[in-house]
Order: sequence, then C-alpha cells, then structure tokens
Amino acid sequence: MLPLDWILLILAAWLLIGLAGVAALRNTSFVARVLFPLGAAGALAVAAAALAALFAGPQTTILPIGLPGLPFHLRLDALAAFFLLVIGVATAGISIFAAGYFRQGEGTPPGLMCLEYHVFVASMCLVVLADDAYAFMVMWETMALSSFFLVTANHRVEAIRRAGFLYLLVAHIGAIAILLCFGVLQANTGDYSFANMRAQQLSPLWSSAAFLLAIFGFGAKAGILPLHVWLPEAHPAAPSPVSALMSGVMLKTAIYALMRVAFDLLPLPLWWWGVVLLGLGLATALFGVVFSAVQTDMKRLLAYSSIENIGLLFVGIGLGLLFKAHDMGALSALALTAALYHVISHAFFKSLLFLATGSVLHATGERSLGKLGGLIRRMPWVAWLSLIGVLASAGLPPFSGFVAEWLLLQSFLFTTGLPSSFLNMLIPLVAAAVALVAALAGYVMVKFYGVIFLGQPREPKLGEAHPASPLERLGLLWLAAGCVLLGLVPVPLIELIDRVTRVLTQDGIAATVSAHGWLLLSPTSLERASYSPLVFLLAVLAVVYLTMLVVHRFYHGQLRTAPPWDCGYPAQTARMQDSAEGFGQPIRQIFGPVFRLERQLPTPFDPRPVYRVKVEDHFWHWLYRPLASLTDRLARAFAVLQQGRIAIYLLFSFVTLILTLLVARW
Amino acid sequence: MNAHALLGQSINLCAVTLLVLAFAMIAQRRILTLIHLFTLQGLALVVATVLVAHLTGDHHLYFSAAITLVLKVVLIPILLHRVIDRLHVRWDVETLFNIPTTMLIGIVLVVFAFQLADPIASLSASIARGTLGIALACVLLSFLMMIVRAKAVPQVIGFLSMENGLFFAATAATSGMPMIVELGIAFDVLVGILILGVFMFQIREQFDSLDIRHLERLKDD
Repeated sequence: MLPLDWILLILAAWLLIGLAGVAALRNTSFVARVLFPLGAAGALAVAAAALAALFAGPQTTILPIGLPGLPFHLRLDALAAFFLLVIGVATAGISIFAAGYFRQGEGTPPGLMCLEYHVFVASMCLVVLADDAYAFMVMWETMALSSFFLVTANHRVEAIRRAGFLYLLVAHIGAIAILLCFGVLQANTGDYSFANMRAQQLSPLWSSAAFLLAIFGFGAKAGILPLHVWLPEAHPAAPSPVSALMSGVMLKTAIYALMRVAFDLLPLPLWWWGVVLLGLGLATALFGVVFSAVQTDMKRLLAYSSIENIGLLFVGIGLGLLFKAHDMGALSALALTAALYHVISHAFFKSLLFLATGSVLHATGERSLGKLGGLIRRMPWVAWLSLIGVLASAGLPPFSGFVAEWLLLQSFLFTTGLPSSFLNMLIPLVAAAVALVAALAGYVMVKFYGVIFLGQPREPKLGEAHPASPLERLGLLWLAAGCVLLGLVPVPLIELIDRVTRVLTQDGIAATVSAHGWLLLSPTSLERASYSPLVFLLAVLAVVYLTMLVVHRFYHGQLRTAPPWDCGYPAQTARMQDSAEGFGQPIRQIFGPVFRLERQLPTPFDPRPVYRVKVEDHFWHWLYRPLASLTDRLARAFAVLQQGRIAIYLLFSFVTLILTLLVARW
Repeated sequence: MNAHALLGQSINLCAVTLLVLAFAMIAQRRILTLIHLFTLQGLALVVATVLVAHLTGDHHLYFSAAITLVLKVVLIPILLHRVIDRLHVRWDVETLFNIPTTMLIGIVLVVFAFQLADPIASLSASIARGTLGIALACVLLSFLMMIVRAKAVPQVIGFLSMENGLFFAATAATSGMPMIVELGIAFDVLVGILILGVFMFQIREQFDSLDIRHLERLKDD
C-alpha cells in the first residue's frame, strides 16, 4: 500500500473514532481513555506515512466523494508530506494530552468534542492533500466550522460566544478572498484543478491580483496584521488542547496554502511580492511580540506570541520569494528551509506551552498571571517541560527555536547579493528588526515562565494545586522531546526539508549541510557560519557543572537554608513580588504609542486601592469599529426601503422592470 | 380583401379588445365587474389564439387555446366568484388611487410599450407581429393595477391579467411557447390562485377586512 492510501485509511479511522465518541456521548472515561489515545496512534501513523511519502515521489488519487462530476483530487507531494508530518507529530502529543485533560461537565459533551476534534484534524490533513480548488475549499470550510464548534465548547459563556463569532466572521471573509484567488488562478478555463492552475501563464497584473488575494485570505487564517483580531480572542476561549491544535497546527495550514499558491501554482514571482510579505510579516511579528509582553492572561499572551511567530514565518517566505524572483535558488531554499524549520519547531513548542497552560488552568482554576506563581514546586513535571518549550520559544540554543531563527538570520546575511540597491539598503533594517523581535520574544518568555512557575504562590489556593495526570505528562513529554531533538540534531530534518524546497524552488541546501556530518550545521560554508548544537550543549553542561563544582569546593562546600535578606522590611507577602504588569511595564512605556491604554490609578489616600489597566489594540478603534458602524449605517439606509406596503414593493419591481427595459431598448 | 387578411385583421381586433379591457379594469371600482372584465379578457385571448393557430397551422396552439378557455374563462372566474361570495365582498366599492391619474400613467405606459416592441416586432416573422406592443402594454397596465389597488382580490385579478398579457405576447411574437412551458404556467396560475385564495381567507380572519394596508403592521421595526 502506498503512503497516500495509509493516510486516507487513518482519516477514515479518525471519523469512526469521532462517531464512536458520539455513540458514547457522555461517557467521559471511555472517550478520554480509549478514543483519544487511539486518535493519537492514528496521528503517529499519519506522521510515519508522511515520512515515507517524503522519500517517495508524488502520488495522486481521486476520491469519488462530493458533488457528482466533481470528485476530490488529492495529491501527496513533498510539500504536502512535510506539513502532514507536522500535523501528525503535533497532533499525537496533543491527543495524548487531551486523553488526560477532558473532565466531566464542561460545556459540550465529551463525545461530541471527540467528533469535532477528529473531524478538525482530518480536515486539516485533507486541506494539505487537496489538489483542486473545490476539495480545498470544502475542507478549508470544514476545518473552520469544526474548529468554531471546538472554540465554543463552553458556549454558555457570552465572551466565548463572541470570540467564536469573531473567529467565524474573519474565517469567512478570508474564505471569500481565497475563492476569488482560485477564480483568478484558473484563468477562465473553468477547470479548478491545481494541475490546470500550474499550467496557466497569467499576466503580471492577474498573478499579482491572485497573490494579494491569497495573502488576504490565508493571512486571515494565519492571523496576519490587521486580520489578527480573532486570535487573542479565540485562543483563550477554547479548551487548551484545542488552542494548542489551532495555534500549533491550524495556523500552519495557512502557511502551507500560501506556499502552495506563491511557489507552486503561480508563475515566477515578481520581486515586490517578497517585499510585501517581508513588510507584513515584520509588522505582524513586532506587533505580536510587543502585545504579548503586556498581556496578563497566560493564554492571550501565548496567542499574541503565535501572531509574532506567524509574522516571522511570513518574513521567511517573503525572503524566499525575493530570492526566487531574482533567480537565486540556493538562497531561496535557505530562507524557505528556515521558514519550514520554524513551522515544525513552532508546532512543537507552542502546542507544548498551550497544553502547559491547560494543566495549570485545571490545577488552579486561574488564567490570570497576577494570581499564579511558584507552581514549580506543586507541578514539577509541567514546570520543567514547559521550561524546554519556553527556551525553544525564546530562540535559545540548543533548542529547536534557535536553529530556525539562526537559519533565518543567516539567509538575511546573503541579501547583499541582490541586484537592487534599494533592497540592499532595506533588508539589513529588516534583519535588525527580526533580531529585535527575537530578543523581545525572550523577554516575553521570561515573563511567562517566571510569573507562573517561579517565585512564591500569589494566592493561598495555589497551595492545593494538583500535579498533571500521567497522560498529560506524556503528551507534554512528547512535545518537549521534539523541541530538544530538533534542536540537537537539525541536519536530518534539513535533509527532509530539502525535498520540499526542491519542489518549491528547484534547489536545496542539503548537499552543503550534510557535507559536514550530523554534528555540525553549516548552511553555506564553514568559513561563513557554523553551529554545532551538541558541542554547545556539552559546553553549557560543562560550564554549569564546573561552576557548581568550584562553588562547592572553594566556598562553603555545603547547602545552607536561610531566609533571604528582606531589605530590612520584614512584613513581606507573596503579592510584593514582581507581577506580570510590573514586568511588562517597561515595554508598555517604550512602545506606548502602539497601545491604547485605559488606566485607573488609585489616589494615595484611597483606603481600598484598585489598580486597573486595559490594553487595547488600535486596530479595533481605527479599522474595525469604523467598518462595523459603516455596515450598520448602510444597513439602516437600506432598511428605509422596507416600507411594509405591498404597493410600494410592487412599485419597486415595476420601476426596476421599466428601467431594465429602457436600458435594454437604448 | 381575401379571408387571410381578414383573419389577420381579426387578430388585431382581439388585441385591441385586450388593451381596452385592461384599461377598463384599471378604471373599474367594483369587484364583481372586475371579474366579468377578466373573463372577457380571457375570452378575447382564446379567440386570438385560435385565430393565430388557424393562420399559422400550428396545431399545438389549439391545445393552448383550449387550456386557456378551461382555465381562464371557466375555472378561475368560478373560483373568484366563490371567493367573493364567501368573503361577502361582492359589491365592495374599493377606495382607489385617483383613477384619471392612473389612466394617464397607463397611456404613457402604452406609448412606452410600443416604443419597446418596435425593434422586436420588425425582427419577428410572425403573423401577428404588430400586436406585440399591445401585449406588452397589457402586461404593464396589469402591473400598474396591482400597484394602485388597495384590496387583495383586485390585486389577484391584476396578477392573473398580467399572465394573460404575457401569454398573448408569447403567442403574438413567437407563435406560442413549447407545450410543456404552457402547461407549466397554466398549472402555476391555478396553484397560485388557490394559495392566494387561502391567503385572502387568512387576511380576512386576522383583520376582518381584505384591506392589505393592515399588512403594513407586520413590518419589523
């Protein structure tokens, strides 16, 4: 059996698992302990089949479902296989975690959740596999709808319903743009298969139109500025495994689709497409990281961090397009390798962090950073595993995030070879901004980890926090292992990604990379840059060990437990620690104009002081509110037509008829 | 003057009758008379169709004429009579939009219809091509009648008379539609009148009157 058949078989099995969940609608233990682990096994099998498909050539098949005469065309090439691999490995960890996560009595019955969850995962796989616009759109919408129902699992809460509506609205507006994009791509031939779109030679005007529509449509799903508004609302609203799946995996389908359209379906790119993506991606990354620095809800913080990572991915893709437009295949492949490496790395660490917030939420019932703290003692597993995720997210060696960001910065260093002096001046600025984003991401992660897990518990109830269940730990462990492994041995994965970049740009960097063996990563030449994660890890460990040894040997030689110095101020409570607001305050000051602040400061004489700060997005007030009120006003203007009198309605038709006849006559 | 030309002139006579009847319906206040006028219009339509059928030798037009006879001269008037008997609106004198103004608008519409039909009629090879303008005028006049009437029954009659105009346009310009289309339309009209009848009873039940101005209150504010 070929890999594609295996994958289709597993998708069918997922549907059966979902239906079994509906059959056992309220049997939480059966759904959680039996069905979700089965689903995780399926996800692993998808990953294995995708791995096999990366080595095999492209395969196609036709599924006879859908409308008569419009079957689903499926195609499994290297790009699709890579994204299936990402979906598979991330979903495996998330499903195992979900098996330990779902409890009795939380909104939607668990059996229904199980169906929606597996339909969601299966539709993401089919989006990646689709080889005609019809199958793609059907699966894209299935994905949006199933995730909508997952987000609104707790639909009795009004804020969650609002978040779900916003998500659905943006998803549909995006879908319209995607539909139009495919309409342009098929160039009036009436054949919506991707094979036909590849064969079309569009004029620069129309291919640019298709490209811009694709950015809008897929950007809405990915959360690119200014269509990001749904992300920070929907992620906190959803149950944690769903947030993990949406942020870690679903956003990647938009990246996949953008790569598919920009590199595969469209003819040779124009240079300014890359600049557009670079600009949008950079703005999004900066926006995301600055906003995540001032959040006080842990899931919102992660949602903004996802926006930042999507921005970085767009930067990578934009750079790849720019190089491809100037016919520099190897460098384009380097930028795309960085982007694809970041895709899988982000899938691991962001899922890990979202799941960790789920464990914390279950253990403490608290999402606000201001009421957490000191959890490393109560939940050591979650704390140590999320430390790995946090380090990977901050882009520190020797974890996966560093490799991706290092590769991205490496590809920036080669832009001096571009034939346009304008670009040569512009791009170092972009590279500097990317470095700034990476640094701020580190800041955000220090805040996230420090406030939740370190220090003293800020509330007494945190003392009763229970550690995560074994299945939850297993899921976290799997994802953390991914972060470590990708960080330590990047070369084999780059060799896999090479097969993808050969599809997209007809070039790859595996040959140069594997020339130096598995231990050393050097994307171009040893003289320019190289990175050896294992050596780095050994050096870090050795330095830590030696320092400890020296300290023990020459200092006391023993541990001494004593109260810390209290600055001569004995009446200290846990609430005097640095808080989330306090830690983010410098960023709030520096980037002040970016935010819309509403602050309520107590006077010094207030006996019950309350401090409240609300950080909002300018886009709400500058873009979305005016749009909403414009729509409202237009609707009211049209409502004047609704008179309620039949004679008036008839008159409308009569006048229309006469006018139409007049136009037809003259 | 041979028989052929005489028959052609007779078709024109029928067409003119249709138009005059359409004007008469606009001017008529009493519902019972309105139904009589509608029956007469149906009859004129049947005669015109038979004449066209005879002239062109299209046998299926005889069937059309038969269907029209059964439906519009017999069945629908009977139904309408029963409705107004049951609803006791036989002698209702309905309040009307100023009749002379409506007639003037009607004249403008007729001129417009003739202007409109002119290029089509010159292209058409049909015998009764001069009558296309009249047919269009009938459609527009009936539409006008639907707009200016305040009560439900006259509006229904206006709707049916519009269908008459359409049917005549089809016969005049293209010597009839395909049989299947005609059957479909005939059936639609019959079903339409039944549904409208049910509606009229319902309106009566709700508001104790057939005045559709009551329906304005249904508007959602």
